[in-house]
Amino acid sequence: MPDHGRVEPTASPGPAVLPCGDRALLVEVPDARGVAAVRAALERSPLPGQCELVPAARTVLVVLDRPPSELDVAVLRRLPIESAPDDRPGPVVELPVVFDGPDLAEVARLTGRAVPDLVAALTGAELTVAFGGFAPGFGYLTGLPPELHVPRRSTPRTRVPAGSVGLAGPFAGAYPRASPGGWQLVGRTDAVLFDVDRDPPALLVPGVRVRLREVG
Amino acid sequence: MLTVLASGLLTTVQDRGRPGWASIGVTRSGAADRQAAALANRLVGNDAAAAVLEVTVGGLQVQAGRTLLVAVSGAPAPVTVDGRAAPFDAPLTLRPGQVLGLGNPAVGLRSYLAVRGGIGVPPVLGSRSTDTLSGLGPAPLRPGDVLPVGALAAAEPVVDVAPVGAPSSRPVLRVLPGPRRDWMAPTAWTALTTEDWTVSPDSDRVGLRLAGPRLDRARTDELPSEGLVPGAVQVPPDGAPVLFLVDHPVTGGYPVLAVVTTDDLPAAAQLRPGDRVRFRPTR
Repeated sequence: MPDHGRVEPTASPGPAVLPCGDRALLVEVPDARGVAAVRAALERSPLPGQCELVPAARTVLVVLDRPPSELDVAVLRRLPIESAPDDRPGPVVELPVVFDGPDLAEVARLTGRAVPDLVAALTGAELTVAFGGFAPGFGYLTGLPPELHVPRRSTPRTRVPAGSVGLAGPFAGAYPRASPGGWQLVGRTDAVLFDVDRDPPALLVPGVRVRLREVG
Repeated sequence: MLTVLASGLLTTVQDRGRPGWASIGVTRSGAADRQAAALANRLVGNDAAAAVLEVTVGGLQVQAGRTLLVAVSGAPAPVTVDGRAAPFDAPLTLRPGQVLGLGNPAVGLRSYLAVRGGIGVPPVLGSRSTDTLSGLGPAPLRPGDVLPVGALAAAEPVVDVAPVGAPSSRPVLRVLPGPRRDWMAPTAWTALTTEDWTVSPDSDRVGLRLAGPRLDRARTDELPSEGLVPGAVQVPPDGAPVLFLVDHPVTGGYPVLAVVTTDDLPAAAQLRPGDRVRFRPTR
């Protein structure tokens, strides 16, 4: 009888594994570092029939081409949630940014610093793409110092232009194309974030490290 | 080639979708009723990867530019060739200039038109599918569009007619517990699996909105966004569940109470507004 990954609560230090239908399991970890560690481990050693990994804020969805088994659950529960020593850091992408966003002054006020100091803090941050998901080519960037965490705008904009660079909570991000959005916009980039004719199509894939570079 | 004379409510090009890109925000997409699309391809002897036309509640008219072997499966739309009735779920030969028409199906929502060789529009990220959520792939068809026919024909077809049951307007879909069943009140699972649910008009390839009793949450804190699968039954704050179909967002931030089994997704994709659906727990 198929089991589809039914699991009991675990007290072990590994991730929790939640059922997610007859073709997937959802691996839950405490934080973004755990997500990165699980993703790296499953990229290195995929489960048999693994066809998709969807990292998110605290989970990694593992999509299979077959029903999941008890063995899969056991393997996933033993995955490390700390980075392995042999996890190579991802490649670095520099995003050229003009810091003239409509919310720049508001973000400076919220973070209690002058605009040039805010720009210096943003360009000095070591960011990493934690996950995507909002739109093709959008990457949620982690690594902002806590003092730069700002709430979303209370009223989302109906149209955020393509290339806008924004902040929301612990994340930074750049909009690959125009869309509605509630992030605080601090600048814009002319980097091509998503191009279906390029390999890889997305510039900001999970694991890539990102630096914002100020341009005039 | 095939010239579009009328495109109906919504006709899109679909194949098996673009798996493998979810981590950069691209959902799989592809034919909503993959079983019906596969049958149409088999009837004309196509490779399983060939693209077909997904026709929503009929209304499509196309003219053959040369002799073409075609077949229509899925929602049983009345098929005509130059206005004369023609068989459904069976291969048909169109002569140059002949017009194939699809009327409105009495049951079901999506019919599939396969052409021997496949619809030959250029692939995007390895697929010819229209992803209605992100806009990837070819635009929905409009009158005047000219569709190339590809070279994805396999062996000559051997099936004359495929007897397949019509989609049900009152199906029972099998569900497994979802990853966040414990975020919902215990009554939510019971209500989902015992009550009748009505498909709302604002349903599409992204998902079916279901009207029925309100499903209450046990936990009200915010759930960080997490990966979604087709068939996921997600419960937004208004308590009315959404059953995600092929163009679902890659991630979602509301609890997934249940997941419909893969085998029952074709039946879900054939539900139209007003249809009644029930869910039966399985394992």
